[in-house]
Amino acid sequence: MNKAIHRRDFLKGAGALALAASLPINLVEMAFADSSQNFTFAYISDAHIQHISGSKFVRNWDRGLIRAVAETNLLNPKPDFVLFGGDLAQLGTKAELDHGAEIMSALRYKTHYVMGEHDYYLDMGEYWEKLFGPQYYSFDHKGVHFIVLNSVRTYDDWTYNRWPTAEQRMLEMAGLDNPNGSPFMVGEVQRKWLKADLDKVDKKTPLVVLSHSPLQKIYKGWNFWTEDAEEIQELLKPFAKVNVIYGHVHQIQYNQIGNISFNAVMATAWPWPYPQSYAQAESLLPKMTVPMNRADPFFERDATGWQFINVNSGNVDMTFTLYNNATRTVRYNPKTGRPEDVTYQAEAARIPAQTHY
Amino acid sequence: MRGLLGWAFSLMLLAPGVIQAEQALLGLPPVPIPANNLQTPEKIALGDKLFHDQRFSSTGEVSCATCHDAKKAFTDSPLKVSEGIRKLTGTRNAPTVINSAYFTTLFWDGRSPDLEDQSRHPFVNPVEMGLANHEPILEIVRNDPEYVAAFQQVFGKSGEQITLTEVIQAIAAFERTIVAGDTPFDRWYFAGDGRAMNDAAKRGFEVFIGQGRCVSCHVIEQTQALFTDNRFHNIGVGINNIQQDIPELAGAFLKAKAQGVDVDIAVLTDSKTSDLGRFAISEQFDDMGGFKTPTLRNIALTAPYMHDGSLATLRDVVVHYNNGGFSKEGEQVNAFLSGGIRPLNLSEQQIDDLVAFMEALTSPPFVQTASAERK
Repeated sequence: MNKAIHRRDFLKGAGALALAASLPINLVEMAFADSSQNFTFAYISDAHIQHISGSKFVRNWDRGLIRAVAETNLLNPKPDFVLFGGDLAQLGTKAELDHGAEIMSALRYKTHYVMGEHDYYLDMGEYWEKLFGPQYYSFDHKGVHFIVLNSVRTYDDWTYNRWPTAEQRMLEMAGLDNPNGSPFMVGEVQRKWLKADLDKVDKKTPLVVLSHSPLQKIYKGWNFWTEDAEEIQELLKPFAKVNVIYGHVHQIQYNQIGNISFNAVMATAWPWPYPQSYAQAESLLPKMTVPMNRADPFFERDATGWQFINVNSGNVDMTFTLYNNATRTVRYNPKTGRPEDVTYQAEAARIPAQTHY
Repeated sequence: MRGLLGWAFSLMLLAPGVIQAEQALLGLPPVPIPANNLQTPEKIALGDKLFHDQRFSSTGEVSCATCHDAKKAFTDSPLKVSEGIRKLTGTRNAPTVINSAYFTTLFWDGRSPDLEDQSRHPFVNPVEMGLANHEPILEIVRNDPEYVAAFQQVFGKSGEQITLTEVIQAIAAFERTIVAGDTPFDRWYFAGDGRAMNDAAKRGFEVFIGQGRCVSCHVIEQTQALFTDNRFHNIGVGINNIQQDIPELAGAFLKAKAQGVDVDIAVLTDSKTSDLGRFAISEQFDDMGGFKTPTLRNIALTAPYMHDGSLATLRDVVVHYNNGGFSKEGEQVNAFLSGGIRPLNLSEQQIDDLVAFMEALTSPPFVQTASAERK
């Protein structure tokens, strides 16, 4: 297996670089891919830029995003583009979206945006669209078809009839475990669009589907959930290689359902703990190999980070760059047909859970 | 010249034969002694001689002691950055040798694992002692009658048997005797002498362990205080000023490093490369612009401060931290700033108290040294 993998070096210059050099980050390529088509992209998510008043924003969230942008700019080979996975803002205001867009503008790459619920529920994404474009769209890149969905919509009754003000609607949806919330969904309009979009794509073309909420059902109480996930999965079923990458959960998750590989990304703002498992039905909970462990509270961004992603084999390989923590890699294993953490997959290699009292 | 310092390591020299430094000073743990380089009085004396020998430089004018002067608490205070041969300057402020025996890595960026390895580098750095290689040192120690006798006595070696290994072992053995505790803080905190430290310093201690968050890196433990976590942090010094250059600079440096450039020379001869800090060694994002936490013992004697000597006074240092990682009005903190550095909202009184606390970290022999120097 290892022999089939070439390691490319981080910050490699134009000249030859000793392969033995110890390097912080390796962009991993699958050897069977056509090397001229090789590419990676970086993924930054869940910045939660939060306005306090005037020109003041929550410093910690600012610093997390600023650092991700700066580190992404150091990548070499350069990623072909950057994806932002949603929740740029905390309460969807112009001030927050503008401030977040300004920080993101330091990126030296083209950037695609995904809508998060914190960006959406104040004005139903109106200002976000002005800054970043349509709420759902698709594009092709080097033989891979990318689809971006707004997966954080919900029932119209909740959205339009329930709350006296837009601000309150935003606040209700912003709470993670708020019983007044409502389950996320892609909805009929986008499902129709998705079907039409996919009809034009060859079934052998690798798909990468980007959403804010998981397009699988993990835990409804925290909206680690998409209500019409099964219907989306059904539309993706005919394709040979399908990857879903989502934000929202602020933790590393990976799972395989049929032909679809699921990967979550880290937040730059803060980590969430792992939720309860959904016990009413067959458990589709992503494999949880290493419980989130805040070893060092001194580093206020411990357990946050960003990631870059390799899609050369048509399956995504995730490399998680974690601030003040060891880099983690979740790579698709063609033998087992599912994503696996390359370091922690083996039972014996797992970090014991931390017990709090 | 070194008489003033005699007290500092007299404890170590009293016992004949191998010294394991079980005689710890108040506030300090026993000095860790590597099993392959045990202390003997003769070895320490040899290291002392080597440490002060100016012949080990290309001009014959620079020794280890030039930048690590016992009269200046083993630094070259008040220089911002060190001066080597022909007044050539490097990029970094000379750290004190005092208590360096406790460091788990040496140099501001930790590029050396121990005192032995550290001591080999300045001889051959072009802006320090400027030798082309270590041969001239071996030439001297193999032929100078005093050295011939000493190396025979300490290592049982002569002629070609004497290599750089013996030279750096002796220097390191000497440096491991330069330890100093027993400060007013130690007498107050560890020995319970309520009058050892003044009220301002006591208030400063509360800020140090509380709102100032200093103790997170400048560690104080139950029975000892080394005032360092032996880790590397980006605190916004140096790197704040080169932010725009980092992508090109980091890439170019790593490329040069992979092609075999001498890191020791690169970081001491180019100030921008110097400001990459620990990243230049570890190549980890977490270490971008990070430097080793220095001990605070005897800090009042070693101005100016920080890896580049850019802050003139202890008060300037506290203000830098209080600002959340910058010193100049309008300065932008860098994107890689350690998550531990954030605005502290200290009052002027608290800032003064913190300085008073740091002034209570001076060991007695160095107080005498400093006052003798002023006369």
